[in-house]
Amino acid sequence: MKRGALAWGVGVAALVVAVLGALAVGRFPIEPAQLWAILTGTETGTASIVFWNIRAPRVGAAILVGASLAAAGAAFQGMFRNPLASPDLLGVSAGASLGAVLGIFLGLPVAAVQGLAFAGGIAAVAAVAALSSAVRGQGDPVLVLILAGIALGALMGAAISLLKILADPYNQLPAITFWLLGTLSAATREDILAAAPAALLGLVVLLLLRWRLNLLTLGEDEARALGVNTTALRAFAVAGATLATAAVTALAGAVGWIGLVVPHMARMLGGPDLRRLIPLSALLGAAFLLAVDTLARVAGRTELPLGILTAVLGTPLFLWLLVRARRGGAA
Amino acid sequence: MTTLLAAQGLSVGHGRRVVAAGISFALEAGQVLCLLGPNGGGKTTLLRTLLGLIPPLAGEVLLEAAPLASLSRREVAHRLAYVPQAAPGGFAYAAREVVAMGRAARLPLLAAPGAHDHALAEAALDRLGISHLADRPVTELSGGERQLVLIARALVQDARCLVLDEPTASLDFGNQALVLREVRALAVRDGLAVLMTTHHPDHALLVADAAMLLHGGAMIGPMPSAELITPARLRAAYGVDAVVGALQTPQGERLVCAPLVGPP
Repeated sequence: MKRGALAWGVGVAALVVAVLGALAVGRFPIEPAQLWAILTGTETGTASIVFWNIRAPRVGAAILVGASLAAAGAAFQGMFRNPLASPDLLGVSAGASLGAVLGIFLGLPVAAVQGLAFAGGIAAVAAVAALSSAVRGQGDPVLVLILAGIALGALMGAAISLLKILADPYNQLPAITFWLLGTLSAATREDILAAAPAALLGLVVLLLLRWRLNLLTLGEDEARALGVNTTALRAFAVAGATLATAAVTALAGAVGWIGLVVPHMARMLGGPDLRRLIPLSALLGAAFLLAVDTLARVAGRTELPLGILTAVLGTPLFLWLLVRARRGGAA
Repeated sequence: MTTLLAAQGLSVGHGRRVVAAGISFALEAGQVLCLLGPNGGGKTTLLRTLLGLIPPLAGEVLLEAAPLASLSRREVAHRLAYVPQAAPGGFAYAAREVVAMGRAARLPLLAAPGAHDHALAEAALDRLGISHLADRPVTELSGGERQLVLIARALVQDARCLVLDEPTASLDFGNQALVLREVRALAVRDGLAVLMTTHHPDHALLVADAAMLLHGGAMIGPMPSAELITPARLRAAYGVDAVVGALQTPQGERLVCAPLVGPP
């Protein structure tokens, strides 16, 4: 119980610091005292306009994206019993990327690009699930599912490469490249409101199933002997994770690393029990992506793509965790 | 006496490959039945078939007189609890959480164990004398302790029939005796039906009412352990000479089975 309290404390503190930091830096810094005035309605000047129209949507978007990717990653790592699993394991990111790249290639408006990305992510995972249930036979269903995800992911990667070659190198290609690395610079309040319902629904599904997902970590035979319909449970959880991931990928582009690295941080803090790990991952993922996005806004003269920063910050962190775990720490 | 688990003319195997055929037995409440047989003889395949994890190739499994094939996973778990081998590794859940997982079949899809379930887990740990381990991560427990935790998990499942896969494997002498005593108590004290596999014919003589021997694709028995376990059958199944004899103990006379290794 002590460990739980500590973990929640760290998670909440990290998010609060990240939010205050995100508000306090930028071209129009908003101090905590000002924030109170804005929230209570006593401040209605420029700061209020900046807050409601620019800063708050962006902070909200970063929280939504980080929380969704990290929670989906934690659920995948648990149910596939694999610490290297991430939300794009079953092709949701590749499918969403293909959809978005196709939209950019065809010169469609932003909303249509986002819609194609969302649909592409869902369709890719649906295709992987259908393919794996068609070829399963007597084999290990989880292994077949993952291999189908890798195979279709490679195919979609090839299609994306083809579109990049065919794309107009002056306008479309930079847009595609930027999208594939992820960014929140263009996210508007409307974009966020469009993505939020699906992302939140996916998160709620994962949160409601989180105790039962623990049972999948025991392995297929043991879970079934305990009375769990593993096929149905896995399908529900994959659907929830895919919904959340596709929605936030449509909003922010293909932001890597969060879904892989953040669950490991959460596990070191709060242990492997998914009842704690999924919400804690969401909290830490929100804080981490918000911090990274704040850095992306202010670090360079032009905005850096999120994917570059999550990898630059995430890789050393991940290696450090790996070394710690190898030395006999908790994992 | 009610029959809780029965097999009728059962063939087990994978795909089209039959591993063992012609298996029939009936297990009643309050009874311990031991499944013996050499490695690779089909013990695990039979257990997985009885649990409904793989389909039978022929014949039928009955759980409390209902055909296994007609039951959902949840309904199977209400009638039959499985105690796997206590393999090391896995996730570092606290023992009480592992035990509470046994409630899965009794809880709705979106529910987590509540106060009632945790009280049952508490009681099961207490019944096996391991309350003091409740908050320890299972990865830090000894093999014997982990095995008892898994038995406690099966108890909260609230099924009347228990299937244990080699509960004494990789345990030391003391832990083997501890687990065997609990297995016996589950049948005698709690009236559960217990099917266990073991590598030790002597364990069948010690705790089982009946035993059966699976080897060469066929089943011998079930019959009273003392009848089944003879030097000739052990020689045929395991390729080793053994003696079976009566030993005077403080708890009365009991049959003992011991292997002979002969001069080098």
